[in-house]
Amino acid sequence: MPKRTDIKKIMIIGSGPIIISQACEFDYSGTQACKALKEEGYEVVLVNSNPATIMTDPETADHTYIEPITPEFVAKIIERERPDALLPTLGGQTGLNTAVQIAEMGVLEKYGVEMIGASIEVIKKAEDRDLFRKAMKRIGLRVPKSGIARDMDRARSMSEEIGFPIIVRPSFTLGGTGSGVAYNREDLEGLAAWGLDASLIHEVMLEESVIGWKEFELEVMRDRMDNVVIICSIENLDPMGIHTGDSVTVAPAQTLTDKEYQIMRDAAIAVIREIGVETGGSNIQFAVNPVNGEMVVIEMNPRVSRSSALASKATGFPIAKIAAKLAVGYTLDELPNDITKETVASFEPTIDYCVVKIPRWTFEKFPATEDALTTSMKSVGETMAIGRTFKEALQKGLRSLEIGRFGFGADGRGRFEQGGTPPGMEEIRKRLITPNSQRLFYLRYAFKAGMDVATVHDLTGIDSWFLHQMIQIIRTEEEIREAGHPLPEDLLRRAKVTGFSDMQLSYLLKISDDDIRAARKSLGIEPVYKLVDTCAAEFEAYTPYYYSTYEKENEIRVSGRKKVMILGGGPNRIGQGIEFDYCCVQASFALREEGFESIMVNSNPETVSTDYDTSDKLYFEPLTKEDVLNIVEAEKPMGVIVQFGGQTPLNLAAALDKAGVPIIGTSPGSIALAEDRDLFRTLLKKLGLVQPENGTALGVEEAARVAEHIGYPVVVRPSYVLGGRAMQIAYDRPSLEAFTRQAMLASPDHPILIDKFLEDAIEIDVDALSDGDATIIGGIMEHIEEAGIHSGDSACVLPPHTLSVNIIEQIKRHTRALARELHVVGLINIQYAVKDEKIYVLEVNPRASRTVPFVSKATGVPLAKLATKVMLGRRLKDLGFTREAEPQHVSVKEAVFPFDRFPNVDILLGPEMKSTGEVMGIDEDFGSAFAKSQLAANQKLPIEGAVFVSVKDADKDKVLPVVRKLHGMGFRILATRGTSHHLERASIPNQVVKKIAEGRPDAIDHIKNGAIQMVINTASGRRSSEGSGQIRRTVLRYGIPYSTTLAGAWAMASAIETLKKEGLSVRSLQEYHHAGSKIQETVKCEA
Amino acid sequence: MKALLVLEDGTFFEGRVFAGEGEVFGEVVFNTSMTGYQEILTDPSYHGQIVAMTYPLIGNYGINPEDVESGKVQVEGFIVREYEPVPSNWRSRTALADYLTGEGILGIEGVDTRALTRHLRLAGAMKGIISTEDLEPRSLVSKAKAAPGLVGRDLVKDVTGRKVYEWPVAGEACFHVVAFDFGIKFNILRCLVERGCRVTVVPAWTSAGDVKALKPDGIILSNGPGDPEPVTYAVETIRKLIGRVPLFGICLGQQLLGLALGGKTYKLKFGHRGANHPVKNLRTGRVEITTQNHGFCVDVDSIRDSDVEITHVNLNDQTLEGIRHRSLPLFSVQYHPEASAGPHDANYLFDDFIEMMKKANGKS
Repeated sequence: MPKRTDIKKIMIIGSGPIIISQACEFDYSGTQACKALKEEGYEVVLVNSNPATIMTDPETADHTYIEPITPEFVAKIIERERPDALLPTLGGQTGLNTAVQIAEMGVLEKYGVEMIGASIEVIKKAEDRDLFRKAMKRIGLRVPKSGIARDMDRARSMSEEIGFPIIVRPSFTLGGTGSGVAYNREDLEGLAAWGLDASLIHEVMLEESVIGWKEFELEVMRDRMDNVVIICSIENLDPMGIHTGDSVTVAPAQTLTDKEYQIMRDAAIAVIREIGVETGGSNIQFAVNPVNGEMVVIEMNPRVSRSSALASKATGFPIAKIAAKLAVGYTLDELPNDITKETVASFEPTIDYCVVKIPRWTFEKFPATEDALTTSMKSVGETMAIGRTFKEALQKGLRSLEIGRFGFGADGRGRFEQGGTPPGMEEIRKRLITPNSQRLFYLRYAFKAGMDVATVHDLTGIDSWFLHQMIQIIRTEEEIREAGHPLPEDLLRRAKVTGFSDMQLSYLLKISDDDIRAARKSLGIEPVYKLVDTCAAEFEAYTPYYYSTYEKENEIRVSGRKKVMILGGGPNRIGQGIEFDYCCVQASFALREEGFESIMVNSNPETVSTDYDTSDKLYFEPLTKEDVLNIVEAEKPMGVIVQFGGQTPLNLAAALDKAGVPIIGTSPGSIALAEDRDLFRTLLKKLGLVQPENGTALGVEEAARVAEHIGYPVVVRPSYVLGGRAMQIAYDRPSLEAFTRQAMLASPDHPILIDKFLEDAIEIDVDALSDGDATIIGGIMEHIEEAGIHSGDSACVLPPHTLSVNIIEQIKRHTRALARELHVVGLINIQYAVKDEKIYVLEVNPRASRTVPFVSKATGVPLAKLATKVMLGRRLKDLGFTREAEPQHVSVKEAVFPFDRFPNVDILLGPEMKSTGEVMGIDEDFGSAFAKSQLAANQKLPIEGAVFVSVKDADKDKVLPVVRKLHGMGFRILATRGTSHHLERASIPNQVVKKIAEGRPDAIDHIKNGAIQMVINTASGRRSSEGSGQIRRTVLRYGIPYSTTLAGAWAMASAIETLKKEGLSVRSLQEYHHAGSKIQETVKCEA
Repeated sequence: MKALLVLEDGTFFEGRVFAGEGEVFGEVVFNTSMTGYQEILTDPSYHGQIVAMTYPLIGNYGINPEDVESGKVQVEGFIVREYEPVPSNWRSRTALADYLTGEGILGIEGVDTRALTRHLRLAGAMKGIISTEDLEPRSLVSKAKAAPGLVGRDLVKDVTGRKVYEWPVAGEACFHVVAFDFGIKFNILRCLVERGCRVTVVPAWTSAGDVKALKPDGIILSNGPGDPEPVTYAVETIRKLIGRVPLFGICLGQQLLGLALGGKTYKLKFGHRGANHPVKNLRTGRVEITTQNHGFCVDVDSIRDSDVEITHVNLNDQTLEGIRHRSLPLFSVQYHPEASAGPHDANYLFDDFIEMMKKANGKS
């Protein structure tokens, strides 16, 4: 059946900001879908509030709306664009939920928009627990006993019927938000209340617990001829009870016989048919009782998902791309398999390797939260590794995680190896019973301590097959240790085959990793590269998607072209995420435009960079010195780009440079110089620039001396980290000492940096581009929040809205001087603070920054692409980029936080970055742009009601103007006693509200009763009272817009003012950039 | 213990023994199914072949008493990338190595099975030898060359049952089916019995008269090993049965039926062995994912009878996958509707067979 010609224009809804459970995978799938639909000649309308995505690049879709993904905005876009069809299945849960909402509003009907891929009935049947359960019953599949409750009474009575333990899941939420396991009545009270609240439709499902059962997922595709294929099976190493996003997962399934696998396959096909997903992909989860094989269906996602992205990368089958084509009428047998070319997409990939996905958590960012994994997802990223055996893939995966480990232990980097004593049995048992981010390493400790497989299986529920594999790794480790240096050739080879890294061997044999490498090479023990080809070599593969292993045949096809290698950013984490992947992908596009072969190296399965058709060649490999050097030696690129992938490649730069790898762009020396405090100070002095008074320290005593000298408050932070890891503001000596210790832990062996903290300064971020000669400013961003809040957590506005022309000119001059002095070739990011009309240089990073995609979207200048071309030797003037863009509109970036996943964490902002993602608001004026950014970040700004104000003493005067403004707009003001008193004196009418412990009803009661619509609450860092923390947590739980800074409150007030005056309108990026399009066009022509 | 796998073209791979020992010959083929090694090992169609699994980890779920396709292990030798010695599955009774060793079958691991697969894909399936006794590639090459190939050799007579036996059905049978055992997989029988058929399994050389004497409602022409052309006795018998009793041919059964209809067969370069082959049903336009295991194929153009129509084609290489006769009660497929190992998409063919018997017998 050919594609449909009755539809011409198709709308796709993206997934918005990166949050826990919705990350880059939806940029990957959305980008694939946009490309696939455009390729077929359809006009694509896209809405996504996340500027850091490739999908929102103006070239990806025809009409790109960076607008809030709310039903109201999507309706406006539909009204304006009049698409024929809406494809709701590519933007994660956000896209799906929004589609349902606009359908229910009647918008689709009104404008004659057809929902393709999955209809609203299908979505509801899959998503609504009760409907799903009934559907499964119809096809004779068992689901865990369960029931729906819409209030607490029903929840209580139902728990009697089901029996504990019970899983509590809210309907219509993301990534299992609010779901958890209730082991008793008390647990149920808390969880059910939370769940009802978290559900969009105020509904929870209570479900029989199948904790400890084996967990499987199948990725299924169906076309309109009812052809169904399974793309990939995935077995979770962690059994039921841990969210699949937090589970180590393995593809394909390892412990099912064909009989059992086929039963599951039949069930999956029955499910997709019964639910009625007409075309596209679905993810179906099953649990299997390990004792007797009894199978239950857990859930189905009628859309592309994190798992489908993983399945695509694991098999080479592009699920999202095919889903898009099926949605417009093609059938599977009409679509070619891109990888083999000669075969078709209607088949089931077979793989001849083992894939291991390991989640990456950031519990260290949220010390108030217990490191425990549940049915609610907490990881912020993941890494995937491919090996010919599970053992190899597991070890590669662990070193891909970039948590300072080089495999399955045996690297001397564990807490206990460093401390000298292994953990005791009690500690081990505890860490095995309660799943946590370190459990894999504790499995090793358990076996090393002599625990047997049966016991470990009993404590963890992990299938003994996986446990035996781990034991085999440990046995090899012991053999290596016993044999000592030099290892017999056979054992060395076996060690590499088992996935041991040179770093592990270095630790076990007590010689340097360079010596291991040399010994290895002298024996000819080098990796070979094999292809991911969907078909286990049954057909010729044309797509160069490689992984390394130690085996006989090398399939690498090295071309004679001039080539450049890009090092990616590895797994997402707070501080390093999609923004850097965006830059890497742009770099790859630029290389292609310039006629170079592009080689991508990355280990993150969620990303666009690891799509097999983004670059000319893809190496799905860990980003460690050993793995990267191996590829460099095999490919011999003329240059390696390290400045786009965030801290990951930068941390490798020195070692690669030393090994003679040609690094292009700004030299590693210059990069290091910017990190070296003393050299940097000298450089600033030479240029006549000032920085806050500062010093470095190697220990606590020295830190205290430096701080005394500078004067409190000071900012304490480790060097060589990203995202403000362990960065804190110390107001006195005790906190300084504590913070110094934490900083030393976060980045051992590097000096601690101590800076004078500039209170109430305005922070500025500048991204600029230099070809070594000319430097052009990409964008100047003024932070909304004052200096002291991590730049990644601050909202910022481009162009600056309060700075004088004089200051802006000075900033530009400083930027150009710094770029020249550092011989920057490529991008440079500088952070300044402005206080009392004086400019301080806070930080200089001669590399791509987190804000590059935002600036590119705001100005229409593809900075990363231009930077790549400059690194290849092009001049900015030849590229037509001679003048900075001066957008006539205002763009605001706002950060998005994962606080809802970490119930006990305070939401106060500080110098350590906590946000997972960002959104952008773009409009004619600041108020509108900021309002959009807030709506996009799910802050539902009120236009009437009451504002609750409670601020620290230092802010009591400064808060007056904003409160006055809000009052002037008709808001009632509620305040705590101290603040109220102050407002009173300034003649601002208000009502006193009790703090916690001052009696009831207190502020929290008011919030719960819906009597408060917005909160302004500032507190003095760590010393804030427990009461105010409780207020902030309640605010978060009830989704009330809040600001923890005065500047933020002021911006919110301006946005509310705009909202009250007029509605917000929508406009595509292409239209915004139309004025500035001349620059872009010149750039393109030159390319 | 070290082992050497040597192909007749001189290519060799070193490996380690995980089961059995000695020296074995056979045509070396690869199977791309990620599950189902027990079914594959016991499938009589692999008689005369050394099978390499493309999925690298084999042995994971052990061996159970149920998932067998015949009474014994049928492959000549077994090649894997990594043998997993400690199985995990609630149905597992023994480890794969013990099972193979018990049956005297040589299994080796540590082979770059992907390299082997690529080689066979490019150079075609070929004769090979695995040895734990002789580790000298040159002498093994000459032994491999001297080993008998598949072409022109009747392997059916090695694997067919010697006696007539019955697969009983619980309750009253709706139909009596005679199944020619050319190397029949048990699951064909299970599929028939599930549908209420009483099945009588007869040796490959059973005459048309003896079959007719059993008064069957339908006849199954089973799968089996090797080249169909030398199995002339079966072709003769089938020719006599065409049009008289409803016939359903599976795999070798289709090839023998093709020959009986006057056609020719040819050898594929490296065959189809796996559980993911897309086959298009031309009558419905739908695609089914099928289990395949064949090295020979019917040349449909060589069948003169214009009433023979193509019903199924392979979407990977457009080869013939199924035929039917427009007026006579017979149809066949080149793949395995009984699956095992593999997907159940083509199970409906057994229902079609029941329908055909109903029609032919005037029942409805």
